[in-house]
Amino acid sequence: MQFVEGTHAGSTAPLARRRLQMVVCLAGLALTLSGCRLDMHVQPKYLPDWPSKFFSDGRSDRPPVPGTVAREDLRIDELMYSGTENGVLSNRFPFPITRADLERGRERYNIYCSPCHDYAGTGRGMIVQRGFPQPPSYMLPRLRQAPVGHFYQVMTNGIGAMYSYSARVSPADRWRIAAYIRVLQMSQNATVQDVPAPERERLQQASTGQTPGQAQ
Amino acid sequence: MAQIFHRSSNMIARLSIAGAVILLGALTVILYEIALSPWYTNERVTLQQPVPFSHRHHAGELGIDCRYCHTAVEKSWYAGVPPTQTCMTCHSQIWTNADMLEPVRQSYRTGVSLQWNKLNELPEFVYFNHSIHVAKGIGCTTCHGPIATEPMTYKTGTLYMSWCLECHRDPAKFVRPESEVFNPFYAQPTYGAPVTFEGVKYTDQATLGSVLVKKYQLQTYQYCSTCHR
Ligand code: HEC
Ligand code: HEC
Ligand code: HEC
Ligand code: HEC
Ligand code: HEC
Ligand code: HEC
Repeated sequence: MQFVEGTHAGSTAPLARRRLQMVVCLAGLALTLSGCRLDMHVQPKYLPDWPSKFFSDGRSDRPPVPGTVAREDLRIDELMYSGTENGVLSNRFPFPITRADLERGRERYNIYCSPCHDYAGTGRGMIVQRGFPQPPSYMLPRLRQAPVGHFYQVMTNGIGAMYSYSARVSPADRWRIAAYIRVLQMSQNATVQDVPAPERERLQQASTGQTPGQAQ
Repeated sequence: MAQIFHRSSNMIARLSIAGAVILLGALTVILYEIALSPWYTNERVTLQQPVPFSHRHHAGELGIDCRYCHTAVEKSWYAGVPPTQTCMTCHSQIWTNADMLEPVRQSYRTGVSLQWNKLNELPEFVYFNHSIHVAKGIGCTTCHGPIATEPMTYKTGTLYMSWCLECHRDPAKFVRPESEVFNPFYAQPTYGAPVTFEGVKYTDQATLGSVLVKKYQLQTYQYCSTCHR
């Protein structure tokens, strides 16, 4: 576009006015269009859980090819990954259990197991109260005598109405939960003599009668 | 020659300048209000979902921990919606005849995913990470609102850049003890309802916040490359 009119003699006011008009119009257009701009808002990439039009099952998360071993996922330690030693259920932990492990075990237990097994392990959790089949109490002699490997296997494979937790709880955390179940079993059958002397005094002062797991 | 314009047109010209300024101002305010309104941000708007899943029921009344379903939230950038197997750990046994749950059972039988509609969504040029927030004492309900009271899930917060920065400039206003991050009923301390942290009772967020910021060594990240990388 050329502003030929502006060149004739006299005032340059008409030219200036036209320029102003142009700028205002362009600014208005720019403002309107910028509302529709979506470059970079939607990028041609997949993030976890996103659907895909390419794969026939509609998922962008692909299942690994059978036999794939992910990094850090080589499972040759029999005890760690199957709870057995030479094919027999083991009563040993694959790593030493510290206080931090027990605390992690309690936290994981309260998240994943307490809805059914309840905080003390007696099997009367909230979901059971709403009609889920009642699991056995951990205090049963059978389960008190069961090797820890059994608990590991129940979490890994599921049992009866209880589904497997292997997708949600890592192998190391399963061992920590097993250790915490041992704590629950002991706590339900403990006498005052099992408490170390300095703690015993505090216990008698408090004497609330609660089991450690019940504090929510 | 008679004047083309009457004297009063001077007044009209002045008024119209003032009018234009006021109009522009009003337009700006209106646009700003629209940008912050639920109509535009989708705050407090519920979406049609394949199954009418209720957080009030599951997380509120039944007291199921967020991590039972949103397993990845502590260790990765995304929280993720649960796979069908997670629903079936309970619904293989309870409410097995409810029509409402037929899509879940069908998905379990056929292996075809349930497609949940996403409520909280950032533009893809923004980098966000759940795990760092959860690990540094920012609770789910600080960003996601009173989710354990919602029969149908909705979004709270605009998720605009200013929303992120309001907290990044001063996390002391929002931080809570790490043990309370997953508690959907946590409330900031008040005089009537103090919060205990490491044996000390706090009655206001200002004091608790400054203690926690020191304890967790919270940074105030405002570099553009924190979120645009
Ligand atoms: C949805 C409810 C539910 C959840 C959650 C749950 N369980 Fe169970 N569990 C059951 C039921 C039901 C049984 C009884 C299964 C049967 O014998 O049919 C059971 C049985 C068991 C048993 C006893 C096995 C035996 O030898 O009889 C152990 C041990 C166990 N669960 C551990 C766990 C652990 C550890 C977790 C957490 C990772 C967990 N459960 C989470 C419902 C649940
Ligand atoms: C029983 C499983 C379950 C539990 C427990 C649970 N959620 Fe959810 N959550 C879901 C499902 C399924 C969806 C997708 C459907 C929807 O949006 O309501 C979802 C969606 C969400 C969303 C919205 C996602 C989006 O679309 O942007 C948020 C936020 C959320 N959950 C937070 C939480 C928090 C916080 C807790 C703990 C207080 C929690 N959830 C507990 C199953 C669960
Ligand atoms: C830990 C156990 C558990 C899990 C996991 C679970 N639910 Fe439930 N759900 C229940 C219980 C218990 C009830 C019914 C409670 C009652 O009787 O009031 C229920 C009820 C429902 C209902 C009935 C409507 C209502 O009142 O809310 C729907 C729909 C539902 N669940 C959907 C889901 C979906 C979808 C998932 C998976 C994301 C899921 N549930 C995971 C335990 C669970
Ligand atoms: C600092 C704020 C913040 C906190 C704290 C937070 N979220 Fe989120 N959440 C978001 C944002 C922002 C998104 C949208 C992410 C996106 O679109 O990339 C989101 C998305 C989600 C989603 C949808 C699925 C996904 O991952 O995109 C779920 C589910 C969810 N959050 C659950 C949780 C739970 C459970 C917690 C507590 C453990 C939590 N969030 C804590 C901000 C937060
Ligand atoms: C309620 C408070 C709060 C809100 C809201 C919030 N953040 Fe944060 N954010 C934090 C805190 C606290 C940290 C941890 C700082 C530290 O590491 O000390 C953090 C850290 C981050 C980090 C990691 C920085 C790094 O390099 O380690 C990213 C990325 C981030 N936030 C992005 C976002 C985005 C994007 C949003 C908005 C969608 C958002 N945040 C909203 C409090 C918040
Ligand atoms: C705490 C995280 C965070 C930081 C730090 C941050 N941003 Fe953002 N930014 C966001 C989010 C979230 C959005 C998306 C808002 C929306 O939904 O429109 C955004 C959007 C933008 C947009 C709009 C892009 C568009 O086309 O809509 C620009 C431009 C931008 N940011 C520039 C910056 C600059 C420059 C800085 C540094 C001074 C910065 N941002 C720092 C989180 C952040």
